[in-house]
Amino acid sequence: MQYFVNVTLTGLTEGMVYSAFALALVLIWRSTRIVNFAQGSMAAATTFIALALIQAGQSYWVALIVALLSGLLLGALVERVVIRPVEGGPELNAVIVTLGLFVAIQAAIAIVFGSAFQSFPTPFGLEGFQVGDNRIALTPNSVWVISAVLVTMALLVVLFRFTRIGLAMRASAFGQEVARLLGVRVGRMLTLGWALAAVVGSLAGLLIAGGEFVYPAYMDSLIVFGFVAAVLGGLDSPIGAIVGGLILGLALSYVSGYVERGSALVNVAALVILMVVLLVRPGGLFASSTARRA
Amino acid sequence: MSDLQSPTNTTAEGTRAGGKAAEEAPTEATAGADQPTATRRRSLLPQSTLLRHLLVLLLAAVGAVVLLEITDPFTNSQLATLTYYAIAAGGLTVLTGMNGQISLGHGALMAVGAYTTALFLSADEPLPLPLILLAAIVTATAVGALVGVAAARLHGPYLAGATLALAVGLPGLAIYFHDVLGGEQGMRVRAPRAPEAFGSFISAVSGNSATNTKWLAYLGAICLLITYFLLANLIRSRIGRTWRAVRDQEVAAELAGINLGAWRVLAFVVSAAAAGLAGGVLALVVRLAAPSGFTLVLSLALLTAIVIGGLGSLLGALLGSALLVFLPPFVTDLGAGWGLDNTEAAQLAPFVYGVVLIVAMIFAPAGFVGTLRMRWLTRQAKRSAAQPSRG
Repeated sequence: MQYFVNVTLTGLTEGMVYSAFALALVLIWRSTRIVNFAQGSMAAATTFIALALIQAGQSYWVALIVALLSGLLLGALVERVVIRPVEGGPELNAVIVTLGLFVAIQAAIAIVFGSAFQSFPTPFGLEGFQVGDNRIALTPNSVWVISAVLVTMALLVVLFRFTRIGLAMRASAFGQEVARLLGVRVGRMLTLGWALAAVVGSLAGLLIAGGEFVYPAYMDSLIVFGFVAAVLGGLDSPIGAIVGGLILGLALSYVSGYVERGSALVNVAALVILMVVLLVRPGGLFASSTARRA
Repeated sequence: MSDLQSPTNTTAEGTRAGGKAAEEAPTEATAGADQPTATRRRSLLPQSTLLRHLLVLLLAAVGAVVLLEITDPFTNSQLATLTYYAIAAGGLTVLTGMNGQISLGHGALMAVGAYTTALFLSADEPLPLPLILLAAIVTATAVGALVGVAAARLHGPYLAGATLALAVGLPGLAIYFHDVLGGEQGMRVRAPRAPEAFGSFISAVSGNSATNTKWLAYLGAICLLITYFLLANLIRSRIGRTWRAVRDQEVAAELAGINLGAWRVLAFVVSAAAAGLAGGVLALVVRLAAPSGFTLVLSLALLTAIVIGGLGSLLGALLGSALLVFLPPFVTDLGAGWGLDNTEAAQLAPFVYGVVLIVAMIFAPAGFVGTLRMRWLTRQAKRSAAQPSRG
């Protein structure tokens, strides 16, 4: 029983990070109908910036803020420079551009920061809380991870629901032409959308890195998990992305916890889940539109 | 080198019908291509597609022998590498260029072929090599069919994501079944020795010594030629035309009675078969099948090759693959010159792949070969339009 609780807690913590990452993908998908496969590399880049600051003696919090800001900048830059020319074109072109970014950024990280495994610090401990006589798998760090993701999501809800900018962003995602006619600077809103998504992605990258080893390709499986989580939720719905992330986190945690040598199977399990979802319910669990061809 | 030029140029003519309709620039490309096709002199080439392709095959075979005999052993091994990249890129061209489906999973399908080859060769009394390669093709085809059935219902980003999951997930199986498949270390491959006849053939042709490296390069070249011959014929056949119809006009194709799903699965299957063969050749040339050899970067490198070449052209796939082989040493040297250490300089190649993908998609979506060909065709069209008015 205790083992089950621990596996579940681990799954929920990791699921929160997948949710955040899936949310970043969904934000971009809603505004530009592009799946940003470069999200993982972009997040890895900001994580390495944070690591460099920490190694230079700065505190975790300074590094976190700088990393999120550089994520904001990177996201805006990427949208403005390389995504804008292929927006609204054939979907294959946009996919290939984000894949090119994915490889290029990853290689650039390796060139600038080296490809060695480096340990990334956590602001909080990795020792589980004591409950009665047992130590459970909920650590101060996982509380930090969960609350950071929850706060980010709350901020996003506030932004989209209660501010003019949020309204303008929703309008440009919903109908570009109409929004433009009504005086919304659609181009700026798209840039802002990419920038925000990159911030959320960077946060996910930093959170998953905490207490682990980072190397240029460490986000490779996270981009897959984020995509699977987003597709689980329908790729269109932020709530879906969050629930999808939690479901995926739990499922993968059970696979790795209960199957013998299951940790080698985690990526395969994600593949199987994705295939089943796409075949059985291609619209995802929470798709808002049914008219999409899939 | 000049011997290789003529066959490749004729291949360009053979596959023009495929390449000219590169998805991203259909109007310009076809407008440029249609006119000269009507007036093109084809006196030197046979009218029948099959005969023409056979002629090209023959010339390419002679060109390959000449190329492999005038180059040094190191270049031989580079050319062996080129063959498996080109086989896989040819398969991916059929899928992405002809049928408009993207796959990031071809690295994983190559892994299937490579591991199958390694397993069969590790037997005490291994089967003859052609049978083993056939087994690699069959296994990869089976996996490809499975993926293809799922993929047929997807498009664009969904397909990319699903095959991405395949590329990241499948190598995990090699680690899970580490008793059979060797885990992280992978499986050593005992490449079979060259037959006696090969040695006498080489000494008769050029007097060079028939090393094992040379034998593997020849083996790769033979597989490459056969694959491209078959693919070129397929592209020019009813099947190829149907694929293009499915790619360009889904609705019209469906109304014409084409079962979209079935044709997409077929494209995936053909493409997977090529990837399986490529994996088999890779296992023989590299003499190792390990998860680290089939990373996501491999799949993306293949994508780079076909994008550079211009989606939908076998010649483009071949040239793109050549770039994959000859570019990394070049940029690595360049990087070392700038004072990067070895591991950093090694990352310059993937960096260039990525930049090339982005630049190609923004500035030349028809690929570099496709763009050049389009320019040339437009000029031809202008010239032939200008001539009659003058005369």
